[in-house]
Amino acid sequence: MRFIADPNPSRYKTAWVSLSAILLAAVLTGFVFAAYGSNPLEVYRTMITGTIFDSRGLADVARRTIPLLLIGVGLTLAFRAQFFNIGAEGQILLGAVFAAIVPLFFPLGVFSIPIMLIMGALGGGLWALLAAWLRQRFSVNEILSTLMLNYGALYLVIYLINGPWKGKNVRGFIYTDEFPPFAEMPLIGGTLVHYPTLILGIIAALGLQWLLVKSTLGFELRVVGENAGAARYVGISSGKIVTIMALITGGLAGLAGAAEVSAIHHRLLEPSQISLGYGFTAIIVAWLARGNPALVLVTAPFMGITLAGGDLLKIVLNMPFRIVDVFSGVMLLCLIASEIFIKNRIKWGR
Amino acid sequence: MEEILGAILRALSFGTPLLLASLGAIINERSGVVNLGVEGMMILGALTAFAVAYGDGTGNGNLYLAVLAAMAVGALASMIHAFVTITLRANQFVSGLALTMLGLGVAGLLGKRFEGVPLFNQAPELPFTIAAVLLALLLAFVLSATGFGLTLRSVGENPAAADVLGLNVNLIRYGAVAFGGAMAGVAGAFLSIASRPSWTDGMTVGLGWVAVALVIFVGWSPLRAIAGSFFFGLLYYLQFALQGKIGIPSEVFAAMPYILVIVVLALAGARGQQGAAPEALGKPFTRGER
Repeated sequence: MRFIADPNPSRYKTAWVSLSAILLAAVLTGFVFAAYGSNPLEVYRTMITGTIFDSRGLADVARRTIPLLLIGVGLTLAFRAQFFNIGAEGQILLGAVFAAIVPLFFPLGVFSIPIMLIMGALGGGLWALLAAWLRQRFSVNEILSTLMLNYGALYLVIYLINGPWKGKNVRGFIYTDEFPPFAEMPLIGGTLVHYPTLILGIIAALGLQWLLVKSTLGFELRVVGENAGAARYVGISSGKIVTIMALITGGLAGLAGAAEVSAIHHRLLEPSQISLGYGFTAIIVAWLARGNPALVLVTAPFMGITLAGGDLLKIVLNMPFRIVDVFSGVMLLCLIASEIFIKNRIKWGR
Repeated sequence: MEEILGAILRALSFGTPLLLASLGAIINERSGVVNLGVEGMMILGALTAFAVAYGDGTGNGNLYLAVLAAMAVGALASMIHAFVTITLRANQFVSGLALTMLGLGVAGLLGKRFEGVPLFNQAPELPFTIAAVLLALLLAFVLSATGFGLTLRSVGENPAAADVLGLNVNLIRYGAVAFGGAMAGVAGAFLSIASRPSWTDGMTVGLGWVAVALVIFVGWSPLRAIAGSFFFGLLYYLQFALQGKIGIPSEVFAAMPYILVIVVLALAGARGQQGAAPEALGKPFTRGER
């Protein structure tokens, strides 16, 4: 068996290979469910009927989709520039921290929400920028640095809610005081879907698709990602591109974090409650979109189903939420393993 | 005096899993394959060792068997990475990351029934530490002075030339990755049956990542890995020893190992350590391509 390079695979081929990879991932994960002692068919049936065929479930999918959309769009662009940002989880938390400064210390009335979102983007962007700087200046692998910065962000939040920002009226609980009402983002009635963020996410997906395909910056980004040597030769500064990329990808993750605390929790609280591992799940969202920010509009809801389904399984079948990690890991492995079948034609025999 | 001796012993204990795992990672990286799945393989090893040692709950499990099983599971998990990155030539960094997610997920799921149960047959820590140091010396010798070491290094430095010489590049890389997996498995076993005889979800707490970073810090040298791991071991010990004693919040200490990994990597970068990396590290090998 040999692989013959296929430099321009058709969209049709890309789609069916990707779908096969997802299917394979579902089957393989099924074996893990069986090893745990659950019937895989029952698990999948619970996940699907409880999410897409149920109005409350659907609202939960939408709620989980919002952060995945924002973060996934940013990661798609970052991966395209070969900047492997694995630290969205920490960037979400920094976004939440920066956003919380506004209602806790500088109540700004009606302007609170937009300022909170900007602060959130700033917090997440700076956290990612740190990793970009470490890569440029000291050639520190950004996968390791962003991952370690996740732990840094985690303990920062725990420190704040346990120490200086601990609420005055919360007794034994570890979180801040509740934000004033004007810092609470509006929701679609009866759900936890904060539509202003959803709209921002859709704009980000389309806007960044435009940026990537039509703008000079997008062109430079693609050159840096595909051929760093050529980029240097034609005088494109990869440092500049990576810096901008870090600000965008971290900024969008920070925005997602800011929106979570503003719309859903109304306070800064434990990291595991702010993010359900959105930063990691969004890696798959981005990988599935294969470098097209607009495609995240499809892949984010898909992974949103997984997260909402994982939540459901915890309640209905009493399974640990870790199943989301299993599914994510298997899915990511299947996706990257399938790449070779997209980029090559298989020729049997010698 | 006794206090200092105690501190050294604790530092050795904290450093042992780091040394075990980073020795494995040094070997697979020397062959040209990065495996960021160390954390995932380590936790799978921890669960396996605990499950075998636990036996039927009375503490009748064989401890040697527990360690061997952890090695086997670690090696088996690493074969996923090997297949995806060596045979299917996928991105090594992403594959390793996915393996970590998978390992943490599977261990968390399958280990749920062992959560919080005590282990009566605890293994001693010192044999692990001594074995790790001896292995480091052995690997240093094998890498620098034997034909086998030369073969391994040539595959990592210049796979095309190794291939021309008739070496089976992919087979050697599979072997090296398996070794890396087995060592991560032992490191996990050390945690769950010797140093903290228990099972908790996520009990590796980022040690696998620290081990991966350590490999860069010590410049892919097994000898320097001994010093590097025990240096980090000392830091972990200080984290516990100083907690609450001085006016610094405990979260700062908890975050310290991770922040230090970044500092250490930056230092390694500033010293131009990356130059010591195997030339073909992270790159898939295709016959007939240069």
